[in-house]
Amino acid sequence: MKIGAPREIIEGEARVAMTPDSARALQKLGHACLIEAGAGAGAGFSDAAYAEAGVEVVADASALFAAAEVVVKVREPRLEELERLRRGQTLISFFWPAQNEAALEAAKARGATVVAMDMVPRISRAQKMDALSSMANIAGYRAVIEAGANFGRFFTGQVTAAGKVPPARVLVVGAGVAGLAAIGASTSLGAITLAFDVRPEVAEQIESMGAEFVFLDFDEAAQDGAATGGYAAPSSPEFREKQLEKFRELAPDIDIVITTALIPGRPAPKLWTEDMVKLMKRGSVIVDLAAEKGGNCDLTVPDARIVTDNGVIVIGYTDFPSRMAAQASTLYATNIRHMLTDLTPEKDGTIVHNMEDDVIRGATVAHDGEITFPPPPPKVKAIAAQKPKEKKKELTAEEKRAAEMAAFRSQTRSQVLLLAAGGALMLLLGQIAPASFMQHFIVFVLACFVGFQVIWGVSHSLHTPLMAVTNAISGIIVLGAILQIGSGNWIVVILAAFSVLIATINIVGGFVVTRRMLAMFQKS
Amino acid sequence: MLEIGFVSAAAITASVLFILSLGGLSNQEKAKRAVWYGIVGMAVGVGFTIFGPGIGNVWLMAPMIVIGAAIGWYVAKKVEMTEMPQLVAALHSFVGLAAVFVAWNADIERLRVMMDRAAGLTAQDYSAFAALVSTKDPAELTFLQLEIIFAIFIGAVTFTGSVIAYGKLAGKVDGKPKQLPGGHMLNAAAAAASLLVAIWYMNLPADAAYSMVPLLILSALAFFIGWHLIQGIGGADMPVVVSMLNSYSGWAAAAIGFTLSNDLLIVTGALVGSSGAILSYIMCKAMNRKFINVILGGWGGATGEQQAVEGEMIAIDAGGVAAALNDADSVIIIPGYGMAVAQAQGAVSELTRKLRARGKEVRFAIHPVAGRLPGHMNVLLAEAKVPYDIVLEMDEINEDFPETDVAIVIGSNDIVNPAAQDDPNSPIAGMPVLEVWKAKQVFVSKRGAGTGYSGIENPLFFKENTRMFYGDAKASLDQLLPMIE
Repeated sequence: MKIGAPREIIEGEARVAMTPDSARALQKLGHACLIEAGAGAGAGFSDAAYAEAGVEVVADASALFAAAEVVVKVREPRLEELERLRRGQTLISFFWPAQNEAALEAAKARGATVVAMDMVPRISRAQKMDALSSMANIAGYRAVIEAGANFGRFFTGQVTAAGKVPPARVLVVGAGVAGLAAIGASTSLGAITLAFDVRPEVAEQIESMGAEFVFLDFDEAAQDGAATGGYAAPSSPEFREKQLEKFRELAPDIDIVITTALIPGRPAPKLWTEDMVKLMKRGSVIVDLAAEKGGNCDLTVPDARIVTDNGVIVIGYTDFPSRMAAQASTLYATNIRHMLTDLTPEKDGTIVHNMEDDVIRGATVAHDGEITFPPPPPKVKAIAAQKPKEKKKELTAEEKRAAEMAAFRSQTRSQVLLLAAGGALMLLLGQIAPASFMQHFIVFVLACFVGFQVIWGVSHSLHTPLMAVTNAISGIIVLGAILQIGSGNWIVVILAAFSVLIATINIVGGFVVTRRMLAMFQKS
Repeated sequence: MLEIGFVSAAAITASVLFILSLGGLSNQEKAKRAVWYGIVGMAVGVGFTIFGPGIGNVWLMAPMIVIGAAIGWYVAKKVEMTEMPQLVAALHSFVGLAAVFVAWNADIERLRVMMDRAAGLTAQDYSAFAALVSTKDPAELTFLQLEIIFAIFIGAVTFTGSVIAYGKLAGKVDGKPKQLPGGHMLNAAAAAASLLVAIWYMNLPADAAYSMVPLLILSALAFFIGWHLIQGIGGADMPVVVSMLNSYSGWAAAAIGFTLSNDLLIVTGALVGSSGAILSYIMCKAMNRKFINVILGGWGGATGEQQAVEGEMIAIDAGGVAAALNDADSVIIIPGYGMAVAQAQGAVSELTRKLRARGKEVRFAIHPVAGRLPGHMNVLLAEAKVPYDIVLEMDEINEDFPETDVAIVIGSNDIVNPAAQDDPNSPIAGMPVLEVWKAKQVFVSKRGAGTGYSGIENPLFFKENTRMFYGDAKASLDQLLPMIE
C-alpha cells in the first residue's frame, strides 16, 4: 500500500504525520511512503531527509491524494481535503467526529474510510497509538516552558551572593496526562508544585511525580474513574464551591497556574475565576491548556497572551504541540505507525480493516460509505474497577497489649495441652514397653528436639547442602548392615553386604557432593 | 577387637559431631568446617563399630565398602549442579532400600533364634545380631517385631517414592501428577491392608517358619504406596517431596536403630528426620499450602472464578533490554527453574559481573521454592561464581523492589505472580511472592507466551512496566551480553 502524508494546511500548524524514521518502519511493514514537498519543513525534516529514507516526494497535495491509498494527517481535514478522498481510500488523522458532523457526512459521501486518532479507545493495548496522550504530554511540558518564559523569576530557589531567591510556587489543576507532564517539568525545574484533581485516585500519581496533592476535605461518594474511561466527570455544585474556596485560599501565594481541566464532550469548567486572578501577585502567569474549549480561567482569550490590569499574564495558546513541532511530529508519527502496524497484521503491506478489533473499530468513524460513529462500547474496560480501600484500624497500645496477652495465653494453653498429651502417651507406652525400649525412646525424643533446634538455624541458601549432608549421614544405616553381616545365615549375609554397598555410596556420595557445593560459595 | 565401652564412646562422639555438622550450616564459612565434622563423625561411628565386638565377615564387608565408596565418589564428582535434585532423590532411595533389607534380616535372625529356642537349643553360640536377639525376653521380642514393621514400611515407601521422584526430576518419568483410577482411595486401601498384614504378623506364633510371608506382602504394599503417592504429585511441588523423602529416610534409619538397639542410628535418624520435616514445613509455608494438600496432590482451596487478565504481553528484543540495563543503577535478578533448565547460570553470572564492573548494583532475589530442591538456585548461582552476599532471600529483598530500576525474571513464573496477592480466587492466593512488578521496569525471559508449570495465568506479564524477552534463557542472555557496555 502507498501511504502518503500531505502538508498541513491549517495556518500555523507545523507538525507532520510522517517522519523519515517512521517511514523507514512503515517500509518494513511492506508499505511504500509518499510525502508532499515541504510537509516536514515546519518540524525540521527536509525533503532530502525523506528522500534518503526512501520516501517519494510528491509535488503537491492533489498528486499525493491521487497516488496514496492511505493518507495520514495531523489536524482534522478541511472540506477541500475531504473532497479529494475517493472510495476505498483511508484517512488517518485527528477528526473530532462529535464536533464535525459535516466532515463525517462528506467522508461518507466520498466512501472513504476514516480512522480518527482522537477516538482510539483508552485501553492498555492501544496506548502505543494514543495520540491524545502523546500530544497532551507535550502540551503539559510546553505549558511549563511558556510559563517560565513569561515569568520573571527563577523556578528554583537559590541563595546567591547577590541575594536569596525564593522558589516559584506552581499549581497544576487537573492531573491528566498533560497535568502530570506539567508537574514533572515543573518539579524538575525546581519549583514547589501543587496539584489538584477531582479524582482522588490520582493523588498517588501526583505524589509520585514529586508534587503535593491539594487535598479537598469533602465527603462525597468517590467517583469511580473507571466508569468514565479514566476521564473526569462533572462534579456537583457543592463540590465545585468547596473547590473554588480552596483555590481562592491558595491564589495569593501561587506564582504560576497551569490549568488542564477538561470534561469530554463539554465546555471546559471555569475553575480559575476573575477574583482569583485579582488575588494573584503582579508578574504571575496563568497558562490555560483548556483554551480551545473556552478555557478554565475566566479571562482566557484563545490563541492569545494577555496581561490583566493587575499585571497577571494569561496565556491561552491552543497550539502547544505545534510549538514543539519536531518532538510532536516524532511522537505522532510513531502513534500513526503503531496504528498502521495493527492495520497490517501480516506485515506484508496489505491493510486489513478488521472491524472486530476493539481498537480499530473504536477509531474508525467512517467505513465503506457508512458512518460508524459512535462506536459500540469496547469489550475491554479501560481501567480495572476501583477496589474499595479497606481502612486498617489503628490499634491503641492497650488493645495491642491485650491482643499480645491473648496470643501468649492461647500459645501457652496449646503448649501445655500438647505437653500433657505427650506425657500421657509416654506414660501409657511406659506401661507396656520393656525398659530397654524406653531407654532408646528417650534418646530418640531428645535427638528429635536437638534436630529441631539446630535445623532452624540453617541459612536458607544452604538448604541444598543441608539435604546433601543429611543424606550422607542418613547413610549411617550402614551400621545396621555391619552389625548383621557376621550372621551365620547366608541370605542375611548377602542382603547385609548389599546394604553396606548402597549405604556406602550414600555416605561417600553425600559428603563429596556437599563439599563440592560448599566450595563454590564465594564472597564477593 | 575393641571393647564395647569404646564403641559407646565412639557413638557419643559421632552423635555430637553430627549435630555440630548440621548446626554449622548456619553460614557459608562455618559450613565448610561443618562438613568435616560430619565426615569425621561418620568415620568414627562406622570405624569403631566395625572393629567393635560381634562383627564378622570383614572380608566381605571391606570390598563392599571400597566399591560403594568408589561409586559414590565417582557419581558425586561427575554430577552437574543442575542435576542435584535427582542425585539427592536417588541417594534417598538407597537409604530406604537398605532399611528394608536390614529389617528383613532382623526378622530372619529373630526367626532363627526362635526356632532354635523351640527346638530346645538354648546354648547356641550365635554371632552378630542373632546374639543380641537371643538375650531378649518375650516382651522385648514383641517390640522387636513392631520395630521391624515400622522399619520395613517407612523404608519401602522411601525407596519407591524416591525412585519415582528421581525419575520425575531426571525427566525419565512424566512430571505431571498421575494416579491410577481410585486415586487416594487406593493408597488408603493399601495402608489398611498393610495394617491387617501387620496384625497377622504380630499374631503368628513366635517360631512360625513363614513369618517372612506377611513381611514380604507388607513390603510390596508399602512399595506400592510410595510409588503411587509420589506419582500423584506434580513437578512444581518437588521441593516439598524431596525434603519429605529426606525426612522419611531419617525416620527409616531411626526405626532400624530401634530394631538393632543402636543409639547412634536412632540419634542420627532422628536428626535427619527432623531436618527433613522442617524443610518440608518451610517449603509449604513458602507456598502458603498445607502439607497434607501437597502430599495428596493438586492445588487446594481454589474457589470461584479467577480474575481475567487484561492487557497484552509486549515483547522486547535484546537491544531494548541492553539499553535499559545500561541506564539502570540497580538491578535485581529473579532466577527460577527455567534458568536451571536452560543452563543459563553461567551467562547470568557473566551478566552480573559485567554490570557490577560498571558500578551498578546487582542483586539476586531467591524465593524459597524456586527450583526443584530447597536452596537449588543458591547452589546453581554459587557454581557459576556469583558471590553469595548478593544473593538474597525473599524477605530480605522484597521491600527494595520499588527503588529498583530493572528487575529481570529468568525462568520463574508462579513465584512472581501478583495474583497471589490481588486475586483471592487464584489457586495460589496468599502465597508469598516476590513483588517484582513494583520495580520501575521488569523484563521476563521466557521461552513462550504460555502459562508456567502450574498452568496459572500470570498477570505480571501483562503489566504496563513488563516487557517479555522471549527465547531460551541462555540464548537470550548470550545475545544480550555483548550489548552491555
